[in-house]
Amino acid sequence: MRRRMMLKRGAEVAAALAAAGLWPAGAHAAWAQQAFDAKGFAEALKALGARTPQESKDVTLTGPDIAENGAVVPVACACALPGVKRLVLLVDKNPNTLAAVFDVSDAIEPQFATRVKMAQTSNVYAVALMDDGQALFAQKEIKVTLGGCGG
Amino acid sequence: MADPMRIRAQAQGDKAVVRVLMSHEMETGQRKDSAGKTIPAWFIQEVTASLNGSPVLTAQWGTAVSKNPFMQFTIRGAKAGDKVSVSWVDNRGDKRTDEATVA
Repeated sequence: MRRRMMLKRGAEVAAALAAAGLWPAGAHAAWAQQAFDAKGFAEALKALGARTPQESKDVTLTGPDIAENGAVVPVACACALPGVKRLVLLVDKNPNTLAAVFDVSDAIEPQFATRVKMAQTSNVYAVALMDDGQALFAQKEIKVTLGGCGG
Repeated sequence: MADPMRIRAQAQGDKAVVRVLMSHEMETGQRKDSAGKTIPAWFIQEVTASLNGSPVLTAQWGTAVSKNPFMQFTIRGAKAGDKVSVSWVDNRGDKRTDEATVA
C-alpha cells in the first residue's frame, strides 16, 4: 500500500514538474525520429547534429568480441572527459543504426551500460557529443553468430 | 500496464550505481509472424530518471535495445536513503514509473 502511494506520488511530482516547466527540455522534446530512421553511422550522426566525428581514446566502449546471441549483446560506453552532453550508441549494420541516446546532466557520470540487439556482425560505436560541438567516438567490432533481428 | 521495473541503487562513495531491469517486449518492427505479416514495432522510446524528484537523466531509445531492457547508470552526489525513480514511455504511449531507495 505504501509502495503504491509512493508510485502515485512520484507520478504526481513528475506531472507537477512538467507543468511548471522545470523538466529539462530534452525530456519532452520529440523523439528524434529522423536520427533513429537513419541508416549507417555517418547519416545517423549527421541527423543528431554531430560534425566530423573523431576517434578518441577518452571514449571507451566495452562489449564482447563475439556475441553468441545477437538479441542480447551487453555493451557499455563511457567518456573520461568533462563536458559531455550526450552519449550515443550505434550499431552500424543494424536496419536502424542508432540504438540509444543518453542525455548526460551534471548529476550523472557519463557512463552507461545496456543491452542491444545486433542483426549481424558489425562495428559498434560509442559517440560522445561534447558541449563545444565536438563528436568523439570509439568503435569495436562485435561478431555475431546468431542475429537478433528478423527471423 | 506493464510489469514493474526492478531497480537497484547502490551507494559507492559519493555516487550511486543504479541498475534497472524493465519489462518490455521491445518489438523491432522487422519480425514477421507465422502468417508472414510484419509485427508492428513496439518499444520504449524515452527513459527518464530522477533523484529525490529532480531529473538527472533522459535517454532516447531505438528498436535496437534488447527485449526486457537493462540499463545501468551512475548518479553523482547520491547517498543512502535517497530516492531514485525511473520512468519510461513507449511508442504506444504506455508508461510506467518505479522508485527505489539508494542502499
